Amino acid sequence: MKKLTLIAAIAFLASCGAESTPKNTGVYMLLDTSGTYREELNKAEHIIRYTLSRLDATDSFAVARIDTGSFSEKDIVAKASFDDRPSAVNRQKRVFAEQVSEFVETAAPSPYTDITGGLLQAVEFLNEKGTGQKTILIFSDLKEDLEEGYVRDIDVELAGFKVIALNVTKLRSDNVDPREYLGRLEEWRGRVEKTGGQWRVINDLDGLEGLL
Amino acid sequence: MSFMLGITPWPVASALLWIILIVAALYLVRGTAHKTIQAAAQGLHRSFKVASRALSRSEKNLEARNRDVLLAAGREAKERIIEREFDRINETVRKDLANYSALHRSLSESIGRIEKDHQEAVDVPPDPPGWVKAVESVAEMDAKEGRAHVGSILSDIHKSLLRAHKEAMAAYHAASAKRHKLLRHMRPDWRRIQQTLTQVGKNVDSLLSRSVTIDRLMQEYEDIVRSHDRAVSVLSSSSLVNFFVSAFVLCIAIGGATINFSLIARPMAEMVGGTSLIGDFRTADIAALVIILVEISMGLFLMESLRITRLFPVIGALPDKTRVRMIWITFSILFLLASVEAGLAYMREVLLHDELATSALLRGDGAAAATATGEYLWITTAAQMGMGFILPFALTFVAIPLETFVHSLRTVVGLLAISIIRALSLALRLLGNLSLYLGLLLKQVYDIPLFVPLWLEERIAAAADSHRRDDSLGRVG
Repeated sequence: MKKLTLIAAIAFLASCGAESTPKNTGVYMLLDTSGTYREELNKAEHIIRYTLSRLDATDSFAVARIDTGSFSEKDIVAKASFDDRPSAVNRQKRVFAEQVSEFVETAAPSPYTDITGGLLQAVEFLNEKGTGQKTILIFSDLKEDLEEGYVRDIDVELAGFKVIALNVTKLRSDNVDPREYLGRLEEWRGRVEKTGGQWRVINDLDGLEGLL
Repeated sequence: MSFMLGITPWPVASALLWIILIVAALYLVRGTAHKTIQAAAQGLHRSFKVASRALSRSEKNLEARNRDVLLAAGREAKERIIEREFDRINETVRKDLANYSALHRSLSESIGRIEKDHQEAVDVPPDPPGWVKAVESVAEMDAKEGRAHVGSILSDIHKSLLRAHKEAMAAYHAASAKRHKLLRHMRPDWRRIQQTLTQVGKNVDSLLSRSVTIDRLMQEYEDIVRSHDRAVSVLSSSSLVNFFVSAFVLCIAIGGATINFSLIARPMAEMVGGTSLIGDFRTADIAALVIILVEISMGLFLMESLRITRLFPVIGALPDKTRVRMIWITFSILFLLASVEAGLAYMREVLLHDELATSALLRGDGAAAATATGEYLWITTAAQMGMGFILPFALTFVAIPLETFVHSLRTVVGLLAISIIRALSLALRLLGNLSLYLGLLLKQVYDIPLFVPLWLEERIAAAADSHRRDDSLGRVG
């Protein structure tokens, strides 16, 4: 009987101390600020607020802009790793929402669109945070436009990542030749799934329930 | 099958041959087969019967044990009630009759005072008028000495007499007034005596009614001690009633504990973190549960120390000084935990408002964010704090139904076990009888394919019988 009690106690302690896989969520959102897409930022703010409302304690969230060279911490508009205490989480969320609002009001359009650089930054950020679920939201028309000299022909390791393209608007040229639009989507799907990531597109922003 | 049908060139003949062979074989081993079936059936019957008897014995043992438990519990409960009644009588006697000497003295004093006042209040008749004797003397003086100035003397005497009469009347009036005053003074004494005697009467009546109750309780106690069936029956039914009532109250208490849990589990996340887990459970939930369990434990100890319940004999047997110390310690811990709960309930409300305001802000609903901290929300805050403070004390009283539940559970479990054993015993007895009849049935079934040889056997036996009868008749003739 004593042995059984000892074994049970050890098993209980082991289960308490065992290294379990994290159950928190990490979200990195890329905001395209190039050209006319800058006008869509109000919608992006709506999505960010929705995402904030869905995140909980110990989750991580970062919002970064896509500009000429997006592989940089300087492009991060707001970031937070939520505290363990509910009151602190609420405070962090309010500050985050204020920072995003401020950015949306003052953001200047960028001449180029470096989505791959932003994606690399997102992967780096989320891997560093070590969250259980990793989601990258790309709020863009997915039309990459790199400045001369920037090398982005890189396979981004996306195994374990969910990449969701939001509000992928059709460009004027897409209307002329829809194959361009479809080809763009297909190209990004290929890039994501090639390295083990999951790809998804959400254009209807009223149906964000399944976003996270 | 083809082999069996191929022993002759004609399958039908082969089949017939097989049937004849099998029937013949079955007929030859019929006696042995019947004996085997009979033996198996008897064996099963006996086994089931033995098992049934064993269960019946266990049932009787259990019933006796249950009866003993019931009687012991009933005896203990009755002793407690009688002890309490005696305590009450002791208290009445100590409180009221201990003052009997003072009461007696008070009554004697009152009566003495009344007697004294009464004696003093006796109506003293006024003195006979002095002038009668004086007139007689003067008359005698006139007749003897023949004095001429009798009129003036009489006039003076008249005046003196009038004065004396006035004085006497005044003294009489004063004495009457004093007596009336004394009689008035006697009234409160009478009233006091009457009140005292009424109180004494009430006390005596109370003692008499308590003695009647004790007589009844003693009668019940004697019934229990003598293990009367009626006492067992009454105890058994009251035990069942106690079980269901206490179970119902415990369910209510569990509801209260659940509400208490929901009040403190959420704000507990502020203290121990909202995401850490112990096993599969949130640490905050476990911490809240532990607080509630500690409160219930403290409540149990408090009730034990107050000798309201007797779940832990060790606490009841502690010296009075230690017990009183324990009462204060447990009450203090309970009070502190209740205060902590009230604080947590307040924190819960604050967190809720904060969360509502944040959600409204994130939805872009500024108006809702403002109303989330409205002016009337203090009512819910106060209500939650009040509940957080009161529920731990309310849960203290769980000890009473818990004790009743634990005690009655023994009886109820015993009764249940007896019912189960009785049902099993009956089932085994039925199975025993069934196996016996199954043996008979099997024997009949065995004989069905042997109807031809059996019929022949019967015919031959009948023929042989009639032969024997004929032979015996021939010998007799």
